[in-house]
Amino acid sequence: MSHLIKKLSITVIGACAIMAHADMKLGPYEPVTDARLTNPEAKNWLMYRGNYQGWGYSPLEKINTGNVKKLELAWSFSTGVTEGHQSPPIVNNGYMYVTTPNGQVIALNAITGEELWRYKKEIPADLLMLHNTNRGVALYGDKVYVGTVDAHLIALDAKTGKVVWDTTVGDVKALHYITLAPLAAKGKILVGSSGGETGVRGYIAAFDANTGKEAWRTYTTAAPGEPGGDTWPGDTHKNGGGSVWITGTYDPATNIAYWGTGNPAPWPTEGRPGDNLYTTSTIAVDLDTGKIKGHHQYHQNDAWDWDEVSAPVLIDTEINGRKVKGAVHAGRNGFLWMLERQASGKIDYVNGVPYVYNDVFKSIDKKTGRPTYDMTKKPGMGKAVTFCPSLWGGKDWPPEAWSPKTKLFYIPANNHLCSELPAAEATAYKKGDLYIGYPIDGVLGSLRYEGGKKPSSIGELQAWNLETGKMAWSYKYDRAIWAPLLTTGGNLLFAGGTNDREFRAFDATNGKVLWKYNMPSGVTAVPSSYEINGEQYIAVQAGWGIDAERMQSGINALNNTKLVVPQGGTVMVFKLTK
Amino acid sequence: MNSQSSPTSCCGCAHQNQDIDQDRRQAIKWVSMGWTTLPFMGTAVQAADAAPLLLVDADAEKDFKPLRAADLAIGKPLLVFPFDTKTGAPKNESRANKLVVIRLPEDQMEAATKGRSAGGVLAYSALCTHQACDVKTWLAKEKVLVCFCHASKFDLLDGAKVVDGPASRALPSFTLKLEGEFLAIATSSPANQGS
Repeated sequence: MSHLIKKLSITVIGACAIMAHADMKLGPYEPVTDARLTNPEAKNWLMYRGNYQGWGYSPLEKINTGNVKKLELAWSFSTGVTEGHQSPPIVNNGYMYVTTPNGQVIALNAITGEELWRYKKEIPADLLMLHNTNRGVALYGDKVYVGTVDAHLIALDAKTGKVVWDTTVGDVKALHYITLAPLAAKGKILVGSSGGETGVRGYIAAFDANTGKEAWRTYTTAAPGEPGGDTWPGDTHKNGGGSVWITGTYDPATNIAYWGTGNPAPWPTEGRPGDNLYTTSTIAVDLDTGKIKGHHQYHQNDAWDWDEVSAPVLIDTEINGRKVKGAVHAGRNGFLWMLERQASGKIDYVNGVPYVYNDVFKSIDKKTGRPTYDMTKKPGMGKAVTFCPSLWGGKDWPPEAWSPKTKLFYIPANNHLCSELPAAEATAYKKGDLYIGYPIDGVLGSLRYEGGKKPSSIGELQAWNLETGKMAWSYKYDRAIWAPLLTTGGNLLFAGGTNDREFRAFDATNGKVLWKYNMPSGVTAVPSSYEINGEQYIAVQAGWGIDAERMQSGINALNNTKLVVPQGGTVMVFKLTK
Repeated sequence: MNSQSSPTSCCGCAHQNQDIDQDRRQAIKWVSMGWTTLPFMGTAVQAADAAPLLLVDADAEKDFKPLRAADLAIGKPLLVFPFDTKTGAPKNESRANKLVVIRLPEDQMEAATKGRSAGGVLAYSALCTHQACDVKTWLAKEKVLVCFCHASKFDLLDGAKVVDGPASRALPSFTLKLEGEFLAIATSSPANQGS
């Protein structure tokens, strides 16, 4: 090799190295505006479900059904935290934010996995944590927002992680806590309180994005004199539950946010006859004022712990040839609900069909969607009752997904599981304690198989055609799933959620498994996708725990097994092999 | 393996021990008069730094009744707070002070565990070592205490060691003694936390 060629080679290699290094560096942080949140760029994942409508859809298509087999690990990052990791990696031009149990926020370089900063919330040492998890941050302006398990809402500087403000949202001594990713819109940051099992009075509250000052607070249980106040006897609404576990969806055109609400408290209904509005419902809330402008209750006077916590997914579609501004929800009660949202905020019932076995509902009113019950399947005082689906429902909190490309609605369902609750016991609300109303061992040991026989499948990944109301395909698992979903423009559907720690990619059109990866722990977190320097990435946290673990404990009892899924959080990021 | 400490067993404090013993005798005198006298007890024993820590029902809000072993049915756990005989009030400012006590057959207890019992009653921290939920449900068939939140199970007959679930550490164990007919905490720190 001549001296000149040698010199040229060294120069070229050096230039490549510098270019590669430049590719790894992040530019200035681009503030997140209302315009960006309303029309999010395909290359970013700016909020919990990728868009305000809650689709869980990335338009990116470089990773697709034709090449997904070449997906490989780009980088991974151990969070150093155990328990249930559930938050999506939220990405803004290379800045990635994940959260962990105990309210940690970790900022990472989305290209390399390098840690940029970490915020650790100091949690009270004696805090009772029934659901020690966090479902992600909100981005707005130049700040990152996180709600914590000790009921704080905290604004952090997106570049440095420094606390800008810290607002106490709820009474931690009364076991108010926050698990959801905040919703950011029009200068406000919205959160809700978890705690259906600790006797909270559920609420949604909005705070000024710049100062943390509370703008409004709307309770999800109606007080006497308010609309729906006559659906609670006495002052039972005060500890009536209706907690808000999951980020609302939002329609910027009408300025209305849609939220799902949890079960009434305590679980037995004897002390609270009535519909118990607005528990187990979706409510339409004016973003500016917090006023409830409409609602739909999926089932009244809940007795089954069927929280309807997921916000409805906002989908404009045709049903039987009619254009509908839809609000779609796969209920914990086992029915797929199609609702129509009006500009006024009113929510109309369109139809409801069972997507898993339900032996409680006898009929559904064709006009209102109100179910009637087989009262022998309603648990309460003085009787042990078996009902289907189980306490965890046809689908618990893991979000569904919608692809505008396939026009299919995807549901991570569990079928053929039921619960047997023993006779309820008298209970009184006590601040700082659980408020359930059943013997604890009875709840822990409640899981049953439909018909008493182990079914051939439990988990079902279902794809529904909303225009016809028919299921297009389903993929059946021989085990339960806790699988938040991601679908992409590459015609793919990503799902983890199983105790075998697999993270799978499916053909979104037909449900065929195209790729899978064995993760360090089970995946119950929300996946996301982003693109940097022309490369598409798929990102998700592994980290088993919380209710997936509880259900596994129940299944272990039924099968006489001792399967333990390893814990420990890891951010896992994949891209195509070159 | 496990070290036990006692404020009366330290070296070079014989004089202090005498005072403590005197104070304790005073406290015993008061408690032996029965719980109904306790509201007045704070004044009577306020000089006694080592006054015994009795136990009262964690749900009690007034009329605190120190617990006797005989108050507990076998296999029925109870959440309690230490009772400050100086102030006449439970030490309940933090959930971390909450204990679970349970009366179990002594002949089923492992030897070291039995050594920490009094009147067949065992005392452990009531905060699950996993996520600090209350542990208060005894599963008689399995002979374990189970946590509602995430189903960790603890073998109370053998130092509350973990037998199932996500917890990885035993519940801190406290040595009990009898002060007259009342249950009292014998050590000021957990007895199974190593040395």
